[in-house]
Amino acid sequence: MKIAVLSGKGGAGKTLVSVNLAAAAKEATYMDCDVEEPNGHLFFKPGKVHTEFVYNKIPVVDEQRCTGCRTCVDFCKFNALAYINGKLRIFEEICHSCGGCQLFCPEDALWEKNKAIGKIETGVSENVQVLTGVLNTGEASGIPIINRLFEAGQNTQNHTIIDCPPGSACSVMESIEDADYCVLVAEPTLFGAHNLKMVHELVTLFKKPHGVVLNKCVEGDNPSEEFCVNHNIRILEKIPYDTELGTLNSNAFIAVREQTAYRQLFSSLLQKIDKEVAYETTTHP
Amino acid sequence: MKLAMPVEAKDMEKKVSPSFGRTPYFLIYDTDSKEAIYLDNGAAGTQGGAGIKAAQIIVDSNVQALLTPRCGKNAAEVLVDSGIKLYKTREGSVKENLEDFASDKLELLEEIHEGFHNHGGK
Amino acid sequence: MKQLLILSGKGGTGKTTVAGAFIKLAKAKAYADCDVDAPNLHLIMRDLKEPVRKDFYGMDKAVIDQDRCTACGLCQEHCRFHAIDHDPLYHVNPYACEGCGVCERLCPEGAITLQSDLAGELMLYSGEPVFSTAELKMGSGTSGLLVTEVKKQLTHEAKDAEMAIIDGSPGIGCPVIASISGVDMTLVVAEPSISGISDMKRILETAKKSNVETALCVNKYDTNLKNTKSIEDFCQDHQIHFLGKIPYDPEAVKAINNVQSIVEVNCPSGAAVKKVFERTIKILLNES
Repeated sequence: MKIAVLSGKGGAGKTLVSVNLAAAAKEATYMDCDVEEPNGHLFFKPGKVHTEFVYNKIPVVDEQRCTGCRTCVDFCKFNALAYINGKLRIFEEICHSCGGCQLFCPEDALWEKNKAIGKIETGVSENVQVLTGVLNTGEASGIPIINRLFEAGQNTQNHTIIDCPPGSACSVMESIEDADYCVLVAEPTLFGAHNLKMVHELVTLFKKPHGVVLNKCVEGDNPSEEFCVNHNIRILEKIPYDTELGTLNSNAFIAVREQTAYRQLFSSLLQKIDKEVAYETTTHP
Repeated sequence: MKLAMPVEAKDMEKKVSPSFGRTPYFLIYDTDSKEAIYLDNGAAGTQGGAGIKAAQIIVDSNVQALLTPRCGKNAAEVLVDSGIKLYKTREGSVKENLEDFASDKLELLEEIHEGFHNHGGK
Repeated sequence: MKQLLILSGKGGTGKTTVAGAFIKLAKAKAYADCDVDAPNLHLIMRDLKEPVRKDFYGMDKAVIDQDRCTACGLCQEHCRFHAIDHDPLYHVNPYACEGCGVCERLCPEGAITLQSDLAGELMLYSGEPVFSTAELKMGSGTSGLLVTEVKKQLTHEAKDAEMAIIDGSPGIGCPVIASISGVDMTLVVAEPSISGISDMKRILETAKKSNVETALCVNKYDTNLKNTKSIEDFCQDHQIHFLGKIPYDPEAVKAINNVQSIVEVNCPSGAAVKKVFERTIKILLNES
């Protein structure tokens, strides 16, 4: 079963919740899809790490075969090719790796080479298989890395907890596409509620069963709670603002592995989610 | 000789365009015959790599020099590799810059800026 | 116009809260929200009138004409972005399509065309002050270009403003790189957690690649004094201006929820931000 944890707003507690959910399960796979700023591995400190680089394919020209017909230059929607002084020049950082130039060259003068854009790391931390995606700084899109993460994590029977990127752009969509359930984490500020609304729209669009965890709850009005109540959204858990939890988290300790109270909190949350998913499959098979 | 300049409008009294890759038009000017033609800049509306495409247009128009306020890294590569000389324009109209060029008052463009990485220009 | 960009690397460190405070302190005549994926700055600005709205078209996306499609599958076979689904009709997933045009050219029936796609909306509040922002439609991928449009709108409308303050977005990718281009200085708001420090290093690396003057402040510093010290040391070792520490402050949450900036109420975080502001402006305006 795949559970995606997302928030719309950064800093709400996605990683806190996803890391601890994975640790609270008997056995689980934790997948860090926030490839621009991956954090889960800092908590798990996985061992037996295996690294695999992720590549984009970039065209290379065989100058002997190239006749300067410019089919590729004219085709490229990203303007990554120019023909100057009888030579084809390829601009690698602009190339989107669509493969078009290679496909349409009438002389078969283009082939491809690999360019590393990032990596995925697989490791183990006690009961958790840890999959981390990392995008190289300067690269524009982490989608190929997220894709590779899912390929690497596909053969598991355990709970897979997916730590999603913030926001609601294409990388988030890629991360929740295969999820069975989405946990939306929200903080009790105006910003938190605004972004909860956004991400709620997203999971609704994707028809994903979902529930909310209200994090860092303090006294007073909670605009995120109000939003849930007004829209009939299931509140799975309310985690109060807790300096101890905050400190553990800030020092990259996994709360569930440090204190029984937190283990109970997150085990119970996991059970609630399991129940929600079971309910969904019986009512919407 | 022939030169090119990014221009805001098809009118020499108007200003030189502040951008190379995203300028609406290019003026192609023959300093001997004083003939002026305007090319539409096909690169203006593209998602990314506008500088490269604009540079290709300039290369294909067989000019010896480009007068421009600025130029990005990738475009500069295309232009310099083709043997085109880059000159820095100054504030003012197209006509004023042509006059300055004719009297050797324009300097070579030394500052090449970083590409905008597929995200359009300023 | 001098441009100051507020960044963080990690989300939730307090970018927008700090940006909002700076805007009030500077009585800024021009500001922008470049977090087009999840814009929040407008939520703490009072008295905003109706903005001028403009549609933003991103990359063209491929569309399959079902009347012409013979389901040969050639398009799906060659799509590098997994953007063509088959269930059982062939259709393009606009969220994954990058507008490369390979399918359009390959289709033997001419059933595929690239069409313009509405990717978001730009908003411009003009007058005094000028506020430029935008919102990306859910799932869109062209954040970088929209960020550039937000900045273009700002510099065009507020030509005479001495200074512009720009609220950036989290991460290190496309929209961040686009927002850094052309600014005079960036202030990174860091938080003293292990995750926060890891993300801070990546955003600093990204800023360095763009050669922009970089400064840093630590927010919620008292939640972890040891880590705060690590950050200070890191800045010293890497020649990054360390401009101050802001305490965790429950009053800040109250202020935000009351649509107020932390510098409009009497609170410890507000007082600390004022000091960071003064130091930032000194560097920004001395920058040539």
